[in-house]
Amino acid sequence: MKKILNKPVLAVGPFHPLQEEAEFFQLTLDGEIVTDIDMRISYNHRGIEAISETLQFDQVPFLVSRVCGICSASHPLAYVNAVEEIAGVTPPERAQYVRVIINELERIHSHLLWFGLAGHFIGYDTVFMWTWKYREPVLDILEEITGNRNNYGNVCVGGCREDIPNEMLPKIRQKLDELEKKVEMLVKVVLDDPVIHARLKGVGILTKEAARQYAVAGPTARGSGITIDVRRDDPYAAYADLDWNVITQEEGDVFAKAVVRLLEVLESVKIIRQALDKLPDGPIAIEIKEIPPGQGCGHAEAPRGETFHYVRSDGGNRPVRHKIRAPSFNNVPSFRASCIGQHIADVTITLAAVDPCYSCTERLAVVDSHNNVTHDYETLLKLSREKTAMIKRQVL
Amino acid sequence: MKQEELKARLEEIKDKLIAIEQPRDNRIYLLCEAEDAYAVDKFLFEEMNLRFVITTGIDSDDCFEVLYHFANDETGTFVTTRAFIRDHENPSIESITPFIAGAEWIERETHDILGIDFKNHPNLRRLILSDDWPEGVYPLRKACVLSKAKELEKELENEKDTE
Repeated sequence: MKKILNKPVLAVGPFHPLQEEAEFFQLTLDGEIVTDIDMRISYNHRGIEAISETLQFDQVPFLVSRVCGICSASHPLAYVNAVEEIAGVTPPERAQYVRVIINELERIHSHLLWFGLAGHFIGYDTVFMWTWKYREPVLDILEEITGNRNNYGNVCVGGCREDIPNEMLPKIRQKLDELEKKVEMLVKVVLDDPVIHARLKGVGILTKEAARQYAVAGPTARGSGITIDVRRDDPYAAYADLDWNVITQEEGDVFAKAVVRLLEVLESVKIIRQALDKLPDGPIAIEIKEIPPGQGCGHAEAPRGETFHYVRSDGGNRPVRHKIRAPSFNNVPSFRASCIGQHIADVTITLAAVDPCYSCTERLAVVDSHNNVTHDYETLLKLSREKTAMIKRQVL
Repeated sequence: MKQEELKARLEEIKDKLIAIEQPRDNRIYLLCEAEDAYAVDKFLFEEMNLRFVITTGIDSDDCFEVLYHFANDETGTFVTTRAFIRDHENPSIESITPFIAGAEWIERETHDILGIDFKNHPNLRRLILSDDWPEGVYPLRKACVLSKAKELEKELENEKDTE
């Protein structure tokens, strides 16, 4: 790298084995401060919207559960919400509760996955090991109900495919009790840690106005003081009958987003307990003969935010247009607002705070024209960890 | 904003709309021509403080449609602007990215897959298509899908003939 550039550019991506999609970030640097960010996505574009137009209405849920491995319950749910809106049908009550339980289990495992990775990136591997250990029983429950740890394929237009057997309910309750204790411990121990405070507070701030401008969703918005949650605002499934709190924080920094996610896990436990108590008996699906012409907007609160599906039908057996918007599509561009002005050692965790991007740093090359130094993923991760170690020394 | 207030505010832009459709209480569609979409969206976002959700581009038979979905979270209502672009040869519409930063990506995506030109977009580079994708081929246009299908059909027939 002998060539002298006017502005050093840090390239992050595009390949990353931990992540469901490849992304590419170019950070323009002044010294160690980020002055601009440019993003490229779609290295894995699979044309799912176009494929959807070739499938029948009841085949599409299996397709859209493959949009994202982690949100594989939210996408089909948003889609069936849209189609059921067109058809004007309401699925049986038991199906509504089963949908709630599957979705909240998904939220718990996704938030714990994020928290573990966030810990890993700032050099807290104990957090990583522990949270992933606590996450495992949740995946076991999902596997027992649906047959899969991910890609559940459990919702269909008009209801659900697999029921939760009543004999399983005590076991789920017991696992939840165990999990709740562990998460409460995580909230207390980890978030009272002065090093984590020093490392995450005031980092990667997304202001309320910027959050509105970038139309962000989910924990990213709620961490910036925007109280939106589809489950409360436009209740689908059985959420209208359940009682829980929407967690928000005002600060907009990485710490606020971590707090939102951890407390949401506890709220999800609360929701599942109520759903298990109220779970009515009865059928789990109704048969729908045909979908009339019309258009429907369906949305669901995925772990990362609002998943939006727009479906248009012309009365045939296939959608004529199916638009999918995953929450990350809106959350990722907000880096432009949250990363600029940050130190490079903080970029890893700022990108991670939005959740799809815990990691876009697995393969990256840093070109620093001032010193003619080339960094890669290892050295960048080292920078992030050294900063934590430095703070630890100062605090202790 | 309560539902009654929302409806009362929508009356203010009625002269820009072709019609207001409301299939359900909390799903409102505002039909308008492409030229008026910018003003309608600006009103929804800046005056009524609705949350921008996403844009959908659709290739209908004789026109293009661009749908701007906005949400009023207090009542869980979607207000969707349905703008019709009548020029099927060179579709274009005013970009809303200058006042909604979050619309940048979706307008680039819609430009990629449907070939709709977003005027005054600050950065209309490719987002979805790969760098070696041919210029002027828009994968989600109906004509593109049909011509591709015909090509494949021909190829299959040729294969059969050679067998």
